Amino acid sequence: MTHPLTPPPKKDPQRRTRVPTLPPASRSRAALGLTAAAAEGRFALQHCTDCGAVQYPPRDACCKCLSVDLHWQDTDPSAKILAETRIHASPDPYFRERLPWRMGSVKLAAGPVAVCHLHGDVGRGEQVKMALKLDKAGQGVLIALPRERTPDMEDDPSLRALTAHPKHRRVLVTDARSPVTLPLVQHLLEAGASTVFIGESEGWRRWPERDRLAALERVEILPLDLTDARSVAELAGEIGGKTDILINNARFIRPGGVLGQDTVFARDEMEVNVLGLMRLAQAFGPAMASRTEDGTNSAAAFVNLLSASALVPDPAFGGFGASQAAARSICQTLRAEFRASGLRVMTVYAGPTDDTWHQPLPPPKVAPKALAHAVIEGLCEGLEDVYCGDVARDMAERWKRDAKVLEREMTGGGT
Amino acid sequence: MTNTLDQLAQSLSHGAIKVVDLTHTLDPDFPVIILPPEFGQCARFRMEEVSAYDHRGPAWKWHNISMSEHTGTHFDAPIHWISGRDIAGGAVDEIDVSAFVGPVVVIDCSAGAAVDADFELTPEIILEWEALNGPVPADSWVLMRTDWSKKRGVDYLNMAEDGPHSPGPTPAAIELLLQRNIRGFGTETVGTDAGQGMHYTPPYPAHYLLHGAGKYGLQCLNNLDQLPATGAVLIAAPLKIKGGTGSPLRVLALVQEAGE
Repeated sequence: MTHPLTPPPKKDPQRRTRVPTLPPASRSRAALGLTAAAAEGRFALQHCTDCGAVQYPPRDACCKCLSVDLHWQDTDPSAKILAETRIHASPDPYFRERLPWRMGSVKLAAGPVAVCHLHGDVGRGEQVKMALKLDKAGQGVLIALPRERTPDMEDDPSLRALTAHPKHRRVLVTDARSPVTLPLVQHLLEAGASTVFIGESEGWRRWPERDRLAALERVEILPLDLTDARSVAELAGEIGGKTDILINNARFIRPGGVLGQDTVFARDEMEVNVLGLMRLAQAFGPAMASRTEDGTNSAAAFVNLLSASALVPDPAFGGFGASQAAARSICQTLRAEFRASGLRVMTVYAGPTDDTWHQPLPPPKVAPKALAHAVIEGLCEGLEDVYCGDVARDMAERWKRDAKVLEREMTGGGT
Repeated sequence: MTNTLDQLAQSLSHGAIKVVDLTHTLDPDFPVIILPPEFGQCARFRMEEVSAYDHRGPAWKWHNISMSEHTGTHFDAPIHWISGRDIAGGAVDEIDVSAFVGPVVVIDCSAGAAVDADFELTPEIILEWEALNGPVPADSWVLMRTDWSKKRGVDYLNMAEDGPHSPGPTPAAIELLLQRNIRGFGTETVGTDAGQGMHYTPPYPAHYLLHGAGKYGLQCLNNLDQLPATGAVLIAAPLKIKGGTGSPLRVLALVQEAGE
């Protein structure tokens, strides 16, 4: 039985905030396949194309037939725990702080035996469901989870360290006016977020939905304009030290290609979607990165909502697509810059959203509720890359298969 | 005989003539006009630190700033509006500098605007004003005082679902002022036109008629309650922007102190 997490006490101002340590981060190139799968929440292992063997740990050649023709494939996560142990001593600073630590060996239904972390609700001889999760070092690791959901299972310390669950955490959502904000805030509160701060730009402009947001409990609307460095710095000065999850949903989008569109809208798209993201990261990032070991409500994730056109542009939104590609690039840099702190950078890609700027487009379109749900699920699962909706998932899949083919299809010429 | 300029300088230094600042601070949070989102928008004032006595520049602090020609307290040139696009010398850099200093009269509409956000400046109000103060002098600035500059936050634009609600002139009022051959017209609101000015014929009469006649506009003015109805001098020199349709500027008024 997992003990449910209790709301954290107020911080003792006389104690130094613990400096984050990381579990071992080195991996072979082959082993990074685990990380890539974990980033998307998939359970994938190396399969030999020649003899069909499934192997773990990943290697450069098949352990059965020595073929180098190996590929990563989603695999049955069923397994049985063969043995478990409790580690009481470790030279590694990360694990020393968390001793004793339970580990076990599991026999996967797919074949291999693997050493893995154990959720508190599973033990020797039990059938379990394996998952690949990103650890604090951002590397894919195996954890054995209960086959069926157990009460408060997300509160298990081993699992919580592998996710960015909103429970008892304080969340900043950067754009109050976005259609996704209301469902997002509702989902965050349901998931147990203790406070949701919502950034409101241009308080001198009335907007009708404000009252509904303001009426929610545990919600505070605060001034924040991503295009204004001073505004971002001021809010970070006020709440940067208690922002555990930052969700940037600010977005400027206007239709139009490149030839027919002037650069005024494109500049606004860059100001909000790219430079705004940079300003947020610069203002909030350092404080968040210093608080990833700050107890139950430690800083956990920096989330950016993106369009799938970050991967390949939709020519009907040329300037916007460029801003999304740039924002994606910035998120990747941030991932590297936050790596030493264990702060997770999550990117959520969506296809056309069901809003005013995509109004004449036919379905499928991503509803604000669906996008909100994907964000929460990504946090609870501890993902880095979330593809929300059929369009984004399909684009990502085709992009991985052949980016050039996808480009040709998206830009005309494919039927 | 004492030189006039010497007299002016002495009056300024003795405080017999007061300098009144009619300008709002350029602030990122100051409202700008909002158009339907599919149209291009007026850029807000933004300031970006380049260095602040640090590694980016050890002994100096400076900012890059950006804004629209029509952000904050600003000047409208004739070419701002389609009706004025063919006016010779109608860009801010082409206007004769003598137009930037001159007499100003103030029509006080603050009592009406306090009770009616859509308060209109009408010919009748102008004629009443003239009955008290004499005719509006030719080549003078005419400012419509509403005390709207004291409003803050959402009350300034006062946007509703049917658009903004703020006071302004009727087409007939502007036509009457053009008969007086004024230099320009200024307001405390975000534009020289009323918030609902698009529903007049012609739409946006102050912009359309004034600029079509080669006259100038001033908006987002401040402190108009410190000006007398007549007798003050306005100093309003826009930046010399090549082909500029307007410009943020510092607007000053010279006012004779009472009893001097």
